[in-house]
Amino acid sequence: MAAEPTAQESRSRDLDKLLLRPGNLVGPNFEPGPALRDDLKEYGRVLVVGAGGLGCELLKDLALSGFRKLEVIDMDRIEVSNLNRQFLFRLEDVGKPKAEVAAKRVMERVSGVNIVPHFCRIEDKELEFYSKFSIIALGLDSIEARSYINSVACSFLEYDSDDSALEETSKPMVDGGTEGFQGHARVIVPGVTPCFECTIWLFPPQVKFPLCTLAETPRTAAHCIEYAHLIKWDEVHSGKAFDPDDPEHMKWVYNEATKRAELFGIPGVTYSLTQGVVKNIIPAIASTNAIISAACVLETLKIASGCSKTLSNYLTYNGAEGLHTEVTEFVKDKDCLVCGPGVLIQLDTSITLEKFIDLLKEHPKLLLSKASITHRGKSLYMQAPPVLEEMTRSNLSIPLFDLIGKIPKDVVHAIGTTTKNDKKTSCLRKLRVVFKGVDGIADMDTAGET
Amino acid sequence: MAEPKTKYDRQLRIWGEQGQTALEKASICLLNCGPTGSETLKNLVLGGVGSITVIDGSKVELGDLGNNFMVDESSVGKSKAKCVCQFLQELNDAVKAKFIEEYPEALIETNPSFFSQFTLVVATQLVEDSMVKLDRICREANVILVLARSYGLTGLVRISLKEHTVIESKPEHFLDDLRLNNPWPELRGLAETIDLDVTDPVAHKHMPYVLILVKMAEEWSKSHDGKLPSTREEKKEFKEHIKARMTALDEDNYKEAIEASFKVFAPRGISSDLQQLIGDRFVEVDSSSSDFWVMVAALKEFIENEGGGEAPLEGSIPDMTSSTEHYVSLQKLYQAKAEADFLVIEQRVRTILKRIGRDPNSISKTTIKSFCKNARKLKVCRYRLVEDEFNSPVLPELQKCLTDEDYSVAGGFYILLRAVDRFAANYNSFPGQFDGVMDEDISRLKTTAVGLLNDLGCNGVTLTEDLINEMCRFGAAELHAVAAFIGGIASQEVIKLITRQFVPLSGTFIFNGIDHKSQLLSL
Repeated sequence: MAAEPTAQESRSRDLDKLLLRPGNLVGPNFEPGPALRDDLKEYGRVLVVGAGGLGCELLKDLALSGFRKLEVIDMDRIEVSNLNRQFLFRLEDVGKPKAEVAAKRVMERVSGVNIVPHFCRIEDKELEFYSKFSIIALGLDSIEARSYINSVACSFLEYDSDDSALEETSKPMVDGGTEGFQGHARVIVPGVTPCFECTIWLFPPQVKFPLCTLAETPRTAAHCIEYAHLIKWDEVHSGKAFDPDDPEHMKWVYNEATKRAELFGIPGVTYSLTQGVVKNIIPAIASTNAIISAACVLETLKIASGCSKTLSNYLTYNGAEGLHTEVTEFVKDKDCLVCGPGVLIQLDTSITLEKFIDLLKEHPKLLLSKASITHRGKSLYMQAPPVLEEMTRSNLSIPLFDLIGKIPKDVVHAIGTTTKNDKKTSCLRKLRVVFKGVDGIADMDTAGET
Repeated sequence: MAEPKTKYDRQLRIWGEQGQTALEKASICLLNCGPTGSETLKNLVLGGVGSITVIDGSKVELGDLGNNFMVDESSVGKSKAKCVCQFLQELNDAVKAKFIEEYPEALIETNPSFFSQFTLVVATQLVEDSMVKLDRICREANVILVLARSYGLTGLVRISLKEHTVIESKPEHFLDDLRLNNPWPELRGLAETIDLDVTDPVAHKHMPYVLILVKMAEEWSKSHDGKLPSTREEKKEFKEHIKARMTALDEDNYKEAIEASFKVFAPRGISSDLQQLIGDRFVEVDSSSSDFWVMVAALKEFIENEGGGEAPLEGSIPDMTSSTEHYVSLQKLYQAKAEADFLVIEQRVRTILKRIGRDPNSISKTTIKSFCKNARKLKVCRYRLVEDEFNSPVLPELQKCLTDEDYSVAGGFYILLRAVDRFAANYNSFPGQFDGVMDEDISRLKTTAVGLLNDLGCNGVTLTEDLINEMCRFGAAELHAVAAFIGGIASQEVIKLITRQFVPLSGTFIFNGIDHKSQLLSL
């Protein structure tokens, strides 16, 4: 007994109060004790998606909330304009991958924590990669990326024969987002709470200016800027793509916008506004990111340990006019394409994989093109990279029924692109394929023998 | 050093150069640099405040490594203030960072004048007695005080200063100032020159709704004894008139006119908030009045005289379907009226300044201009002394919260956060701070809380056993995630107070980390 340091001397002095002591306002599976604290270290694997304003905070907060096994994924490099809030980065880090620097800095300061960085796009990772985490924490600034991760997490959710979600297969997520003095934090437990897609209406698409306004009746500085950016650039630079990160390109757009504004007598074009409009810059400050990330990590700790009740299920924070917080309990959409049991597709046993992929293009609920198909973690066909494409190409001419082991019905996953608001986005869909004219029970037996 | 414009770009888009300058001029003092205090300062250092002074008398212990990112293995046994200060300096070399190794309680007792050198004091993890004393000191010295505390899954943020006035409150949703219900002669004049029945379809669909509405309101009032639509039927009829003028289904400008027609029906004159402001006793200005109240005095005169019951025009218009020519000429018309209103107010400000014995030019043109532009959005926040709140809280508000279905937990935490300080004063430790005496602490805390409720006059209110147990379970723990949350809020409030933009919270924010049903209490 003497070997155990007393609570006051321990590194987990404060956290222990919550993890070691019983309480009545706690989660249903709360089992306080040193084993819980150790389990958190050992088995609480959290993936942080995004190493920006929220991601830096999430990593720090998780590392100081009893989690030891963290990973972080981000495709961006550090820029000077990150330094007003992304506190793990210094001026000399500019140009380096965010995920790598963030992981290194937190590990330097919090001993015992291991953080694996992944400097790549979220779509570059296989589904397997995401399946190993107990919780995924999202620190993203785009709807598309949230949507993608959400579909990945939901793809692990299994349903029983009565279409009831099997909770033990649910991969929980916490999601944060900020803009200026405002933000939101939410808990997503697929199968229990609404998923990101169930409440996609909370994030209305950005309103774009009509092209005729830009071309014919500009009225505001933003109209002049978008004219230069979207119309004039292509007229002048035949074929050369506009690069928002190239200062020369930005300068050109600014100059053209200024000329147009002068022509029409419109005030207000500045270089800063030009950048803001063209890159759709969302203003961001350290304090809001800190608040929202902290709420997300507190919920992560509660989900992992049961040490308190959880947020149910969406918190909005607004600090612009006084301080307002509000909790809203959204309900899940039982017909959701993403977290529901999956889109049902009936097929003939003779349908080849190639035909099946073509079918997904036309399917009214899916409209999924260039799909890669996986079955229980195994790739049946991969569109990319070329090596994998070549390796799986021969499957295209084989019936899907045969490829999945002649089971009368099962779930396959398709990752492809779909068009949303005129924008191509990657998405993952869970498909329940059912083969016509196959006797379920008899075939289940044969499947078992192979 | 990085180009500050680039480094601060994302925040300059929120509070502009002016706000940034205010931050860079500010000197902030932090009391206690546990995670709550450290995280508060971190967010402020990143944003580029002028200087920070960290005050903490404790040495870093092993337990601090588990909840504070600003200390590490090498810090154990060293001054916490020094270690935290060092890390903070690393975040931004433009900030002047200092530390003093001393306990805040001692400083409050022995050297109250120390605090008067700061713009703002952030006091974290103080107990009631110290909060009350520090509050009196800061109030006396006119130093802004922000109190922040994390305690298990609860915590609080409270602002204290006599008065905070805001010109740029920047509300997100605020009705534009188009004066469609009370157009001035030039706007009427412009509307008269246009022909709503223009035959060219392109011209017809590019007539801005402002002109459509002014013109049609004029027509209406001519046939209705000079009155605008006021009854439900009249409003409906007015909208029908607009609809009848459409010549094609795709005329967005007419759709906008129908949607915006309520602006014609809105009552003339100023809002009740503004009415209240110009009725404030501070409008009777003298040589000790702040610039803000001098300008409000001028505003009051304007509204009662030249303004004819209206505030100065804001001068900007929202985007709307329109030809460029019409839009630009409207823009110029609104700007010209705003400029004219500004000149009148400026004159009145100068006259008032002279009358109260101040230099007539002591308030800059830019300030007066900003004041005029934001005249409808001015905000005044006043905060009670912490001591007054503690001795005599606004009972109905407290009772309401304590018995509310959703917010009784937050209300309970407010009481318990005070009860633990009474507990600590009596028993020299916080309830549940040490293992082994939990049951005794629970019953003692219960007795203490009941006593407090009685003293406050909250009769008939009881706290649940579960909540009292929970408070003991917390054992004064400062959890990192809670500290980052509370510290985040504290820093956000500091920024609003220093930049004098946006509106700071009123009263006390009580954090409920159990289900996030937190509450703002104005006691």
